[in-house]
Amino acid sequence: MDDWKDFRRVFLTLASPGSLWMLIFFIIPMTFLFVLSFSSKAIINGETSTTAYAYFSTFDNYFASAGTSYLVLLWRAIWTSAIATFVCLVLAYPLALAVCFAPPRWRPIMLLLLILPFWINLLICTYAMYSIFRSTGVVNQALGLVGLGPYEMLNNTTAVIMGLVYVYLPFMILPLYSTIEKLDRSFLEASLDLGASQARTFWSVTWPLTLPGVITGIILVYIPCLGTFLTSDILGGPNNWTIGNAIQNQFLEANNWPFGAALSFILMYATFIALIIRAVVARRSKGVDA
Amino acid sequence: MTEPIISIRNVAKRFAGGVTAVDNISIDIMPNEFFALLGPSGCGKTTLLRMISGLETPTEGQIFIGGEDMAFTPPNKRPTNMVFQSYAVFPHMTVEQNVGYGLKVTGVAPAEIKTRTAEALEMVKLSHLALRKPDQMSGGQRQRVALARALVKRPKVLLLDEPLSALDAKLRDDMRMELTRLQETVGITFIIVTHDQDEALSMASRIAVMDKGAVAQIATPAELYEQPRNRFVADFIGKVNLLDAAIVKQKGETKTCDAKGIGKFDMLTDKACSNEATIAVRPEKLKLSTSEPKGAGLVKVKATIRDVAYYGDTSHIIADTVEGKELEINVQNDSRTGGAGVERGQKMWVHFNPHDALLLTE
Amino acid sequence: MSKQLKPGQGPLDYARRPWIMTLFAGVLVFLYAPIASLIAFSFNVDKSGVWHGFTFMNYVKAWHNEAIFYALSNSITIAILSTIFSTIFGAMTALALWRFKFPFKNAYEGFMTLPIVVPEICMGISLAMFFSYTGMMAGVRDWLWPFNLINIIFAHIAFCFPFVAVVVRARLQGFNRQLEEASKDLGATETQTFMNVLVPFMVPSLVAGGLLAFTLSLDDFVITLFSSGPGSVTFPVKIYGMVKRGVDMQINAASTILIVITLAATLLAMKLQAPNKSGH
Repeated sequence: MDDWKDFRRVFLTLASPGSLWMLIFFIIPMTFLFVLSFSSKAIINGETSTTAYAYFSTFDNYFASAGTSYLVLLWRAIWTSAIATFVCLVLAYPLALAVCFAPPRWRPIMLLLLILPFWINLLICTYAMYSIFRSTGVVNQALGLVGLGPYEMLNNTTAVIMGLVYVYLPFMILPLYSTIEKLDRSFLEASLDLGASQARTFWSVTWPLTLPGVITGIILVYIPCLGTFLTSDILGGPNNWTIGNAIQNQFLEANNWPFGAALSFILMYATFIALIIRAVVARRSKGVDA
Repeated sequence: MTEPIISIRNVAKRFAGGVTAVDNISIDIMPNEFFALLGPSGCGKTTLLRMISGLETPTEGQIFIGGEDMAFTPPNKRPTNMVFQSYAVFPHMTVEQNVGYGLKVTGVAPAEIKTRTAEALEMVKLSHLALRKPDQMSGGQRQRVALARALVKRPKVLLLDEPLSALDAKLRDDMRMELTRLQETVGITFIIVTHDQDEALSMASRIAVMDKGAVAQIATPAELYEQPRNRFVADFIGKVNLLDAAIVKQKGETKTCDAKGIGKFDMLTDKACSNEATIAVRPEKLKLSTSEPKGAGLVKVKATIRDVAYYGDTSHIIADTVEGKELEINVQNDSRTGGAGVERGQKMWVHFNPHDALLLTE
Repeated sequence: MSKQLKPGQGPLDYARRPWIMTLFAGVLVFLYAPIASLIAFSFNVDKSGVWHGFTFMNYVKAWHNEAIFYALSNSITIAILSTIFSTIFGAMTALALWRFKFPFKNAYEGFMTLPIVVPEICMGISLAMFFSYTGMMAGVRDWLWPFNLINIIFAHIAFCFPFVAVVVRARLQGFNRQLEEASKDLGATETQTFMNVLVPFMVPSLVAGGLLAFTLSLDDFVITLFSSGPGSVTFPVKIYGMVKRGVDMQINAASTILIVITLAATLLAMKLQAPNKSGH
């Protein structure tokens, strides 16, 4: 690897487009959002302006988000995401294990089958879920044939959780797969050879050694679940809105941007905390990879 | 007669695609043996070892361990323990936890785990590193942990999968001695898998040479070297000159051979043979001389020295006979001056005593 | 867990355990049944959940539905343009990261992957604000097509190029720098070496990264929804509007087309990447 100082021009040419783009379309907007979350609409000549803001003037937006109705939305986002993430983990771990320990020629096709839906548009996936589970959808029609239903399967929390699992399962499978694949299987063999049962081997060896992948998977699923608004909107309906719907509403309808900014940044803080946790775990288990 | 501790009967491992890793093998291994499975890579030796440990199962046959058929018993229910090629020392546990793991998971009382772990670490001279994590240890130390971890379980049989292959040359020699010493101290059966003939010859009391999933010969190291049963074993163990020969006359145990590129001579052997055979002569059994050697029954041929490779204690010489047969000759450099006293292009006599050669029929 | 193993079965052959096989099959049904039914019903004659006969009518209607057609052409235009720029920026970033060491490199690298991990809605909203505040949102509205889509394209480049950078960087990791030295030793200049040795080596990852960017851009809904002005509707945004109004088989038809395009691009990208992996 060369030192950048020896090739200043080459280095600057290569690094600047990406850096500039990130600065203009990521850092500056994010900073804006951050500043706005501490701002209020400016009062000019006694009238509330629609375009100007008084920057860094208040913490009210954060206090407002602590209001009961928003706490309910936030709390709902936290626990539905937690359940969805847990379900993803419970489903994905055995599947990732199965793919990694399958005969080599089966592995790519098994993995492809599991992660292909990852490439299908989030909206289309959600719409597909909606159309089969609606009261006149295929599932209810099929139940009707055996004299059951129709049941209302949508507009409840279970539907939201199912939708989240549907969309984010591949995000859990991928990191688990890549961690388990790197795991030297002689560790598991040694454990069995030393007299441990399969269950004991799993909890004493497999699980602790793949924990970094588990954490990555949890973060990759939990963060987007927290910020979801499409799934809760289409499958859950207004009674199951979460923080993401509130943010969308503040921007597209209620037009209270500072408040929406504060809500967004609550989500960002949660994200950063999650990333820090992952970094700490990754550092602590560094020896495991070797 | 003692019962074998391990009895492998007609074991085969065939895969769906028609590949056969192990083909109808039967071996008996006695208590207290230091047994080696030796062969080139892909000969099925590791698969066989893993079938003894239970990490793989045969598609046919039986594996008796201590008199009980365990061919399909899971590894955690078998009285065998393994030292893995990669050592497989758990990276998230200390040395002490690694060694105690096998006792802990089988419900041994904590106090006993403590004393037995300490004993095992004492045995491999690692007591001072008990609280280390594996990533702070050298390869040799990790291997000792793997050894202690397996031995602490007091298995009936200890399985070692290429245990020395990841060590550097100096450490490998030390570890060879150490393994032999350990085996004598603990008095349990060791089965080692290796592709390194020196390793097998120097450590094992008996060796099974494997080729393409089958056993080529089971014998003591000396027998394997001096009495190889077939061309493969003769060629695989040590170096050898193989001479294609026609048997022109058989009279009792006296066989008259006509070796291509060498000439006619008589050999004494009780082996039944057809008209064709192979004569095997080790390079150190061939002699060189400048004048025609004298002596009854000596096989001699004129040859041109093509290449001389100097190895310090010996020199390896390649010579071509008049009729174009290539021969390899090892010469002891037993005087400080002159080396082998042989130069390239020199014409010399190569000779050997037929007693030192072997007639191979397979 | 059975006490004894079956002939030929190892203790770690988890993929052959019945309960895992059942789970695998169940998950596949869960993942594919909704999509399969969506595609199947795009050929249904009416919008009920019952099969009433096969027809291509939904496709014909969707094709003639100007709003859908316009949205689809917007989406594809945006995807193509942002793919081109993301590939270039991504490749340059990857080269800089691979070739040079510089101060705060780890921080820079982490920072470059932020758009991948930050919740989409936060990025979407920050861009929406940025475009409104700088006047770009209103400013480009009346520009000539496709320039009226420029905000969305800028936004898409911002979240696509880090993905390209990751893919290209991974490929460069496997490059043997002695090849460069060999090329220079044989008399090539720095530029000739770059063009004749490094660029050909990068090509598969450029194609794979580009296709990845293409599908990401085509699929994006959240960021587009916020960074698009009223006039510039993309395909997912249009579908969202239609979904809010209820089930319509034209949505199924149009979605099927989008799924086919995306999956074709994805499979192509995977195919291009696969042989290189085994090559190392």
